[in-house]
Amino acid sequence: MGVGILVEDLNAWYGSTHTLRDINLHIPANHATALIGPSGCGKSTFVRCLNRMHETNPIARATGVVKMGEVDIYRDASPVEIRRRVGMVFQRPNPFPTMSIYDNVVSGLKLNGFRNRRILDETCERSLKQAALWEEVKDDLKKKSGASLSGGQQQRMCIARALAVDPEVLLMDEPASALDPVSTSKIEDLVFQLKSQYTIVIVTHNMQQAARVAENTGFFLNGRLVEFDSTHKIFTNPHDKRTEDYITGRFG
Amino acid sequence: MTTEREPGSPVSMRDRMLELQPNIEGKGGVAEVGGPLSPIRAYLSQRGSGRVGDKTFAGVVLVCACSIFAIVLFILTILVFRSRLSLLQFGWRFFTRQAWNPVSGNFGALPFIYGTLATSLLALVIAVPLALGVAIFLTELCPRVLRAPISFLTELLAAIPSVVYGLWGIFVLVPLIRDVVGPFLVKTFGWTGLFVGPNFGVGILTASIILSIMILPIISSLTRDIMQAVPNSQREGVLALGATKWEMIRIGVLRNSRIGIVGAVMLGLGRALGETMAVTMVIGNQPAIAKSLFAPGYTLASVIANEFSEATGDLYLSALIEIGLALFLVTIVVNAIARLMVWAVTRGAPARVG
Amino acid sequence: MSARPFNSQSMNIQPKPARFNAARRAATNYFVSGLSILATLVVLAPLAAILFYLIYKGASSLNLAFFTQVPAPVGETGGGMANSIIGSGIILLLASLMGVPIGIAAGVYLAEFGRSSLLGNAVRFTADVLNGVPSIVMGIAVYSLVVVEQKHFSALAGGIALAIMMVPTITRTTEEMLATVPLAVREAALGLGVPKWRTTLSVSLRTASPGIITGCMLAFARVAGETAPLLFTAFGNQFWSFKLNEPIAALPLQIYVYAISPYDEWHRLAWAGSLVLIVLIMVSVTLVRIYASRGVLKGGS
Repeated sequence: MGVGILVEDLNAWYGSTHTLRDINLHIPANHATALIGPSGCGKSTFVRCLNRMHETNPIARATGVVKMGEVDIYRDASPVEIRRRVGMVFQRPNPFPTMSIYDNVVSGLKLNGFRNRRILDETCERSLKQAALWEEVKDDLKKKSGASLSGGQQQRMCIARALAVDPEVLLMDEPASALDPVSTSKIEDLVFQLKSQYTIVIVTHNMQQAARVAENTGFFLNGRLVEFDSTHKIFTNPHDKRTEDYITGRFG
Repeated sequence: MTTEREPGSPVSMRDRMLELQPNIEGKGGVAEVGGPLSPIRAYLSQRGSGRVGDKTFAGVVLVCACSIFAIVLFILTILVFRSRLSLLQFGWRFFTRQAWNPVSGNFGALPFIYGTLATSLLALVIAVPLALGVAIFLTELCPRVLRAPISFLTELLAAIPSVVYGLWGIFVLVPLIRDVVGPFLVKTFGWTGLFVGPNFGVGILTASIILSIMILPIISSLTRDIMQAVPNSQREGVLALGATKWEMIRIGVLRNSRIGIVGAVMLGLGRALGETMAVTMVIGNQPAIAKSLFAPGYTLASVIANEFSEATGDLYLSALIEIGLALFLVTIVVNAIARLMVWAVTRGAPARVG
Repeated sequence: MSARPFNSQSMNIQPKPARFNAARRAATNYFVSGLSILATLVVLAPLAAILFYLIYKGASSLNLAFFTQVPAPVGETGGGMANSIIGSGIILLLASLMGVPIGIAAGVYLAEFGRSSLLGNAVRFTADVLNGVPSIVMGIAVYSLVVVEQKHFSALAGGIALAIMMVPTITRTTEEMLATVPLAVREAALGLGVPKWRTTLSVSLRTASPGIITGCMLAFARVAGETAPLLFTAFGNQFWSFKLNEPIAALPLQIYVYAISPYDEWHRLAWAGSLVLIVLIMVSVTLVRIYASRGVLKGGS
């Protein structure tokens, strides 16, 4: 089961550049929320603030409140603890090049000291089935390296890797943008199936994708959250003119 | 649209959710805390934040990094400490006096300074044009297929140990200088006055030749790196004006890499100043200052290598250690200037080691 | 216009001085090209000469006795350099045990914590400068500290001298190799909630390990041939020695002693020993080259 995220007055900077301004948002549990907007509008930065990956950059800074359930992730917990509860899938697949498929998928557990072989095996199978990759790789789990798969398979393996630690939230930063259309549709199907078990936030450039998989959509522009509403409303009758301009393709 | 929150009122997550985005889907189904704990979630939630591990790790690697400073400080301190006898006795004049008499306790380092400078500078005179030639050949003229093998071969030269160069020097180069090259030089260049006196094969000339072979790889490979760092736009610009290949190299590449090449040459100088074994084996080991290149000589490094284990008496040992201290300081200064120059051209990319 | 064929020779488009200038420039071009080719040949000649002489003078002395026996007394034929080979092995093992961990850790610091900090730059610069300090200076420094305090020469002192020569080299190559690990791979580990120290050890170092091993082998090959730092630390030994607290033979050291001696028999051994030393070093350097090209492909993105 997933957990809801509450964001209050979130501001973020890279050095002296103010990249996110006064974001206020509630992301409901067990639903998929899409974030759309033109390049550089801050949606990736926002998502990285949700699992404190924003901080890995030494000149990055964030203020405000982000609550996962009742936990203030900036004040009540360490970044490492938060990232174990929030999974992340990146824009480009990033498997660990020296590890096999099996080791890649369970790396979140193994690198955190988990040793029980039986549970690791079960987790690997479960996650790969959730990511719809099990049938394709089940015979080569320990023989093939994670980097030897095709782009679409690698990304699904990265999704399996994120799911293996049983997170409550899954963040996806344009997960299909580097992939071919067939892989893209496979990943969209995945998101559709997974959203009942996890809270999913998916950043996308592709409005049709947002419309297909997400119940709610937020529109970012120049570091601000312009509008956040049900997907149906955003795409048929947006409240703000800027949203309407973006949807109809007048810019971006 | 987002609504304004009344300032000062405590609010639960559920209430906040109802205020914000009243029309979104799913507001009724929020879980305040995460679902039932699976064994994995249970395990991970009781794992620590890793803060202790991070701090320990950072501390350990910091200590190891500072060990580099410690090594330099250690060498400096111990050399100064153990040479204090000689420092106090002779002061600065140690480096201007010519005597080297262990029996009477009269020590002066001038002959060794002369030997070191003469061999190093002569080695540079021989090595730099050759190294430049090789660098130009490999970067601009060499067919692509031959580039890797030939550069590999020049780097093999750097892998040959000093003592093997010395061995080859004693049994191959010395007879060559004595019997073939020496008479030739006397015949053609005798008028310069540099080739007078008896020629036993060992001496400044032989040592310089061996040194030049040894410092050539480092000058050439660094020069190659620097030349390759010059952007292609420079080359193309000069070629577009109708220059020949050599003119393109001269104007487009060499002119831009002047500072870096000087730095590479200085690194070669630094290496030549400190080279010990091969020089000791072919220089004749006599503390004399003579104009002739056939004369035997002595360098700062060689005198230490030769006489250290037989040094009786504290003053003798202290004088030798002071020579080591001088060598240490000089090579540090030369290398520091050289690295700065190379860094200025390659902009801090990790320097080639060796 | 006439019906003559149109070519540059009959056109005479350039005035005479310009044509001479062009010819001169072309000649200079060929001349300089020739000089650079000549320079390359002159440079490769000593390499060929040294290798030739090593094989010519040394190969005939390489028999089983060479690799299994200690030196025979002066004047007698036979004997070998087995104790020097083993002795070198022991000293190099000691040096690696001390130098490799410190060097890699310092390299990790530079890559993970000291990318652009003042301390990081100072360490980087000092390491590069330390690489240029003459090895004999290292030798007399270690002598002054270790040998004088212990009142005897030892394999340990020799190992320390070689270790402080290995550290700067390994530090810089480790830093270089860690920098090739893509940010995306690190972020993948961090995103899973793996602490930074574990990420560096189990992900970054593991990904860069082919290159790091290469760097260590390079440093190893470089100090394997060093004589000067061992002159006053390990000192050399005519007999078998396995104790770390006694003087110990080393291959380059023994070659030096034999080379400057007046005995032909010992000269013969010096050539053979040099051949063995060169083969070992060149094998390491070649392995490094092969491994490095594979490592970059394997460890990078």
